[in-house]
Amino acid sequence: MAVYEHDVLVVGGGLAGMRAAIAAQQLGADVAMVSKVHPVRSHSNAAQGGINGPGVGEDGGPWEEHAYETTKASDYLGDQDAITILAQEGGREVLQAEHWGVVFSRKPDGHLAVRRFGGMGKARTFFVGAITGQAILHVLYEQLMHPARFQAMRMYEEWFVTSLIVVDGQCRGCVALNIRTGELHAITAKATIICTGGLGRVYEPSTNALICTGDGIAQAYRAGAPIMDMEMVQIHPTSLKGSGVLITEGARGEGAYLLNKDGERFMTKYAPNMMELASRDVVTRAEQTEIDEGRGVDGCVFLDLRHLGEQLIKERLEEIYEIARDLVNVDLTKELLPILPGVHYIMGGIKTDIDGLTPLPGLYSAGEAACVSVHGANRVGANSLLDTLVFGRRAAEHAVPWLRDQKFARVPDSVVEDDRRMIRGILDRSQNGDRVAKIRRDMGTSMSANVGIFRSPDKLNQQVQNLTELRARYDAVGIDDKGCVFNTDLLFHIELGCMLDCAEMITRSAIERTESRGAHTRLDYPERNDAEWLKHIVLTRQQDGSEKMSYLPVTITEWQPQERKY
Amino acid sequence: MKVKLKVRRTDPEHGAAGYSQYAIDMPESSTLLDALIQVREYEDGTLALRCSCRSAICGSCSMRVDRRARLACRAKIITVTGGDEEHEILVEPMTNMPVIKDLIVDQELFFSKIRQVDPYLQPLGPVPEREYRVPNEAMIDLTHTMNCIMCGACVSDCTVLEVDKNFIAPAALAKAYRFAADPRDGHTHERLEKLSEYSGIWDCTRCNMCVEVCPKGVAPMNRILQLREMAMEAGIQNNAGARHTNIFTKSIIDGGRLNEVWMLPGSVGMFNVPRLLVEAPGALRMLRVGKLPLAQAIPPGAPGSHKMQGMDRVRNVVKKAALLKPKRAEVTD
Ligand SMILES: Cc1cc2nc3c(=O)[nH]c(=O)nc-3n(C[C@H](O)[C@H](O)[C@H](O)COP(=O)(O)OP(=O)(O)OC[C@H]3O[C@@H](n4cnc5c(N)ncnc54)[C@H](O)[C@@H]3O)c2cc1C
Ligand code: SF4
Ligand code: SF4
Ligand code: FES
Repeated sequence: MAVYEHDVLVVGGGLAGMRAAIAAQQLGADVAMVSKVHPVRSHSNAAQGGINGPGVGEDGGPWEEHAYETTKASDYLGDQDAITILAQEGGREVLQAEHWGVVFSRKPDGHLAVRRFGGMGKARTFFVGAITGQAILHVLYEQLMHPARFQAMRMYEEWFVTSLIVVDGQCRGCVALNIRTGELHAITAKATIICTGGLGRVYEPSTNALICTGDGIAQAYRAGAPIMDMEMVQIHPTSLKGSGVLITEGARGEGAYLLNKDGERFMTKYAPNMMELASRDVVTRAEQTEIDEGRGVDGCVFLDLRHLGEQLIKERLEEIYEIARDLVNVDLTKELLPILPGVHYIMGGIKTDIDGLTPLPGLYSAGEAACVSVHGANRVGANSLLDTLVFGRRAAEHAVPWLRDQKFARVPDSVVEDDRRMIRGILDRSQNGDRVAKIRRDMGTSMSANVGIFRSPDKLNQQVQNLTELRARYDAVGIDDKGCVFNTDLLFHIELGCMLDCAEMITRSAIERTESRGAHTRLDYPERNDAEWLKHIVLTRQQDGSEKMSYLPVTITEWQPQERKY
Repeated sequence: MKVKLKVRRTDPEHGAAGYSQYAIDMPESSTLLDALIQVREYEDGTLALRCSCRSAICGSCSMRVDRRARLACRAKIITVTGGDEEHEILVEPMTNMPVIKDLIVDQELFFSKIRQVDPYLQPLGPVPEREYRVPNEAMIDLTHTMNCIMCGACVSDCTVLEVDKNFIAPAALAKAYRFAADPRDGHTHERLEKLSEYSGIWDCTRCNMCVEVCPKGVAPMNRILQLREMAMEAGIQNNAGARHTNIFTKSIIDGGRLNEVWMLPGSVGMFNVPRLLVEAPGALRMLRVGKLPLAQAIPPGAPGSHKMQGMDRVRNVVKKAALLKPKRAEVTD
């Protein structure tokens, strides 16, 4: 069995992963990147709307403004030291991306154009038509294809990480399955940076791609790293009826209205000032209330773009124009689009400091998998891409100097053996009539029903019960494919295990937080309670397998909590 | 709605290949990807395919559907079958790339071609403190090309690649355009020179296949034609493709139509004796079947050469067409 050794191992080839890899490589480290899909297939592609660029010229606005608005949107659960860094260093990252070749949309004078996003007082979001995430992801990949980098870096493309290696209380890399051959290998590293993205598929429906299964968060948890803010699940106001595909906030940024079945712009009742561009949690609750009170149609409300005109729609919102046309047969220039809230983003994740470092030495994390925390209880649109770039780079910049005095540890063969046994267990299990897909669907729909927008104790407790049953079914279910090469059946099984871990963490944290803050709304505790709950919930798995729940104070530097009004 | 699928299967571990047939029930609005996922999740977990985003953005789910490359997540079943529930949809892996398993192909060929065109911005001069100031029109134009999701559909169905594996192929050439036409790039001339070599922009036969199969409107062939124009304008004309274009244009301006006799020597080079000898048998065959009118043997423009009626009008059209060329965008200040 080959053993691979690198200074820095980046797990994940999305924006956070690629940014970290480029930074580590520039600092002279031997870097490897492992990703379960080819990097350009990563979910960062899906970001249509844009990226905030505090401090970039006048339009980016002063960084303090961005930091304040991010803090306010986070319902004061965001750590202000981290938010300050995001706002201060964010502009530089946007410009770096532009210099590398991102084709940002321009104003007539040739400077970068901006659009307005929800939760922001003014337009400060930079964009590339409706393909911002894809455009940045592909440009970072262009940089990785530069021969100087391409030859120096090892890319484990279509390798699936199954667990992290921890020896003597330090993270030493990971165990990964080469999907092409079915072989398991230890990839050892002095520093490991988890950039595995989100877990949206824990819910059904979800705006997330099928690969967003929370692997990294679950694996870090199993390795003993603390996981924070898991109750904070962002439910996006506008996902498409049926498939749950996202309709970018950019549409509302360009001026689209939200209407109920009577054609009323209902946001006048919920956020008279910011209207459709109030913070996401606010708009989502408004929509759900309209639907629950019978002013929706078929579980949906409507997005109205008609007044924006054909030219603007086709030039700036081409992607969603096509999605509406192809998936639901709606012509946005003439018709209303049925939409509903859909699970979108996890604010919580692997707890890190402002340099991406977790309390487990050698383990870093960045991007959606991580919780720095800059998003707190509610993420502002267009801040996630920024988060991936700023903290992806910072993680690498901290890891590389640190690892210079580190030595490779001898990794016992047992680490690979454990995972091999786990896989053999799945392959050898006989069929019992149940299916991985059924368990996943039941998990998703029950999470949406019980740990969704409005949460109540009986539903939350019901979900604990459901998850116990789902776990038992999971442990018993077998798969069809017994082969080695591209056994996707096996991968879905392993992913479901990760999702169940995440679902349990979300539910336990949601039960614990007896207040309403940001995306977390408790019907039995409708108010925010700063006296008791201005703190993070942290879950840590102990050596003996039991879980410890603890709290961390929120870092407040500049902005004292105030009531949130939009 | 009833859906019938016939899926090409390859099992690399047992060296077996064949077809599996499935009949399932799906909602009217389903895509082919929905149907394949339904099969994989509830009927046959051994069926292997790549997919992730379900919305034509990750480029994973490209495959051949009724013998044409497409994204399964963009292929509405109703459209594929024309509403005929008896129509059995033929689903196969992409071509021009080796199959790994079932619908999964090895895309290394695709990415190696992308790497061949130096796919990273190479600006000249100092990096500005802020962004490069460039016209929005240029950025919008490039955004159409950045729309490429690297799905490989165009590479699968490119007719030249089928016979010449060295051809850089449509997606990579579109990528090359993205840099050659980027006002921020400082190596346009070198890029165009390299792209004008064999296997590059002049090897495309303009069959239009890549334009038809591309799910993202990248229209690679049109980008290739733009690159040709840029190369000609940059004076990179010492190659077969450019010479072909020149003799073509000259032939039209001089005689109002193609001069078949002078096309070949004009393209490969008048004194390229070895190449002319290679082509000689073909030329003789054409002569025998009357495809080389000897009246055209007088070089275009020479006294006594063939001329059409209404030549002034033809020349005017050519002149006007030349004026239509767009100007290249530049970085301001
Ligand atoms: C539809 C949609 C629209 C969005 N729009 C915006 C927007 O406009 N602006 C904004 O700021 N944010 C937006 N977001 C959020 C943003 O796109 C994501 O949060 C961000 O891109 C996450 O990037 P990442 O690098 O952390 O992870 P990802 O891009 O998801 O990458 C994760 C990587 O990890 C790899 N990986 C995962 N598990 C494993 C494993 N077990 N083994 C090996 N590799 C693994 C994957 O292969 C992948 O390469 C949007 C999100 C969605 C869903
Ligand atoms: S037009 Fe050219 S590049 Fe496109 S498929 Fe045909 S030969 Fe290939
Ligand atoms: S050019 Fe079109 S068909 Fe070719 S890889 Fe890109 S998106 Fe796919
Ligand atoms: S699933 Fe992503 S392109 Fe089809």
